[in-house]
Amino acid sequence: MDAHKQAFIEEAYELLAELERSLLELEDNPGDMAMVGQVFRAMHTIKGSGAMFGFEDIAAFTHNVENVFDQVRSGTIPVTRELVNLTLTARDHIRELLDASVSGKTVNESRGVDIVLALNRLVPLENGGIPQGGKGEEKKPAPDMVTYRIRFKPHQDLLAHGTNPVLLLSELRDLGDCAVTAHTENIPVLEDMDPEGLYIFWDAVLTTDKGLNAVRDVFIFVEDDADITIETILDEDDFTSAEMPRPKLGEILLKHGDISGEALHQALGSQKRIGEILVEEKIASRASVTAALTEQNQIRKRLEQRGESAAQISSVRVPSEKLDHLVDLVGELVTVQARLSQKAAKQGDPDLVAIAEDVESLTSGLRDNAMSIRMLQIGTTFATFKRLVRDLSGELGKRIELTTAGGETELDKTVIDQLKDPLVHIIRNAVDHAIEKPEERLAAGKDATGTIQLSAEHSGAHVLIRIRDDGKGLDPQVIRKKAVEKGLIPADADLEENEIQNLIFAPGFSTAAAITDLSGRGVGMDVVKKSIENLRGAIDLVSRKGEGTTITLKLPLTLAIIDGLLVQIGEGFFVLPLSSVEECVELTESQRKSSKNGNILNIRGDIVPYVRLRDEYDIRNKPPALEHVVIMETFGKRVGFVVDRVIGGHQTVIKNLGGAFRDAKDISGATILGDGTVALIIDVNKIME
Amino acid sequence: MAKKILTVDDSASMRQMVTFTLKGAGYDVVEAVDGRDALSKIKGADIGMVITDLNMPNMDGIELIRQIRALPGFRFIPIILLTTESQDNKKKEGKEAGATGWIVKPFKPEQLVAVVKKVFA
Repeated sequence: MDAHKQAFIEEAYELLAELERSLLELEDNPGDMAMVGQVFRAMHTIKGSGAMFGFEDIAAFTHNVENVFDQVRSGTIPVTRELVNLTLTARDHIRELLDASVSGKTVNESRGVDIVLALNRLVPLENGGIPQGGKGEEKKPAPDMVTYRIRFKPHQDLLAHGTNPVLLLSELRDLGDCAVTAHTENIPVLEDMDPEGLYIFWDAVLTTDKGLNAVRDVFIFVEDDADITIETILDEDDFTSAEMPRPKLGEILLKHGDISGEALHQALGSQKRIGEILVEEKIASRASVTAALTEQNQIRKRLEQRGESAAQISSVRVPSEKLDHLVDLVGELVTVQARLSQKAAKQGDPDLVAIAEDVESLTSGLRDNAMSIRMLQIGTTFATFKRLVRDLSGELGKRIELTTAGGETELDKTVIDQLKDPLVHIIRNAVDHAIEKPEERLAAGKDATGTIQLSAEHSGAHVLIRIRDDGKGLDPQVIRKKAVEKGLIPADADLEENEIQNLIFAPGFSTAAAITDLSGRGVGMDVVKKSIENLRGAIDLVSRKGEGTTITLKLPLTLAIIDGLLVQIGEGFFVLPLSSVEECVELTESQRKSSKNGNILNIRGDIVPYVRLRDEYDIRNKPPALEHVVIMETFGKRVGFVVDRVIGGHQTVIKNLGGAFRDAKDISGATILGDGTVALIIDVNKIME
Repeated sequence: MAKKILTVDDSASMRQMVTFTLKGAGYDVVEAVDGRDALSKIKGADIGMVITDLNMPNMDGIELIRQIRALPGFRFIPIILLTTESQDNKKKEGKEAGATGWIVKPFKPEQLVAVVKKVFA
């Protein structure tokens, strides 16, 4: 028996003893109303607490006795010997019931019935009692989503009852999708205001599946202190989607009773938005209109959620060649626009400059738009890998879960198309080599199921795609040994762990001890790296032995047109991708000489190595006295590129160099400048290596 | 700091149950055995809410509500009336005296907590 029941039983015995004393005293002093009150209270407590703690039989019986004493209290029934006798018998019966509940014995129920009948004979026309049920628990079958309009207009003295209307509104919000508008138009001027009065009222539009009773229950304590109207405005059971009503603002205000039909017709005569007119004409308050608009929105929202959006977004399927052609044309336009801008600047004709500027802004808008048309979500590509991982892991007897994140990230269609093969390879590798068999994983204290996380996110003008597994990671020792065997590094090479791990991208490196079906396709990680670089992207690997590997692909958003930084070295022009540029600093001759062959710059305390592009491209004329260093950043590494002159930002339409320059290292393409000059696009990642 | 609730009931088992339930829901509870006791305990005790029984010796629930509402500083305190009489006249009498809400006995502990949350954040 729980502690509460035990406490009740102890209390009930005490009360019964007290009841006996009181009844005997009452017999001696029949007029003692205080004693009548005491008897009543004792009965009341036994009944109330009895019902609380599960003694329904006691509660039901005591209720009848209490009823009689309520009449005694109010003077309808006089205190007689018979009454006291009967009540004492009743008291004994309650005690028996109590004893029975402790010992588990059964009680002669007919005796109780007899007592109740005898007691009821004392009460002229009173009905026999039944214990009262708890607060409305009866449940109707829950209806579908219904939208209610609720106006909660508290009386001015609501606060004096300790009610906090904010709590009621938040309770309403808990029921479902709820929009509340406060009406403040009844707030009087300060001098007429009762500081403790409540002048605000609220309109709420609530969509819920909890049913009308739940909504009513919210206001159960304030029914008498407020005007509450709850109306059903949209019962989704009643309509098929096609016939769902789409009410107009005026109709809603009319239904609320905030405006008259006549006023509505008048307002509709003019051309402004109905809500503004009604407010301006002082036909409806701003709050009423806001409330109505809220209601309208709520209904619209419901309709949209049911996939019945009023404004249908239509899409057109277009062959991708047409898009390619569009982007080519936009590229040409960008080039021509650059020429126009240059010519206009040279001629100094303000009219021409103005036109050139307009063309420039239009071109850049057109460019962004054309690019956005080519953007696709990477999620569809991610989805195909689920099947891949499922089938592969089954074949290998491994348990692997693939999770994806950032599927909504958009990338140029070409990038996505060309990304698929490298990704398949990386994921195959993870499944095949990285994730251990369940028994190995358990032995290593890991979950039997391995996970591969595939995620995509934006980072500036790039998209980062991460493939993270919680497998065994790369063992630097093993890789080092292999790399030395294959002659990729000298045996005594001083390399950091991460550098060793990144050797798996080196051409001719394969870690697979046994070539399996999956990995033995003659494609190594070097090919993956090559494909990513062809996309002007970069690849990075971080691995911890025993914990897993994360491979990060950094890809440009688009392939065709980039924002570049135009620089000059000697007679030649070059473009650096602006998205990787951190800053430009000067390099004086003295600095150059002081660092000797070290080629190290000190940037606010950071040591940054720099590359002299002049040397890299074998440009032999004399450098200017003051050179410039463009500091670029990839995967947290910073490198400076020394150029003669920084010209400025340049919208760069990327042209492929063609077969003849296939072997040109460090150059990823070319672009045409405004005056027709060709500028080469520097492959920063390649040089950084 | 946990919010403090004053529970007033002449029935020890009811007090125990209310206290147990409310403490379980994270509130502090102060107990009083009747209206007079409640009035002596409410002042200066930083009480945020009162839950009172209706029928009690010395001072009943209705009178207690009236007296609390007359105290400066307690004009807006939420007061819940515990009652077995679900008749409207008792509720009405309580409301007129200034009760915020009521709970009809018997109730389940979770119903008590629900009502407390309803009037007391």
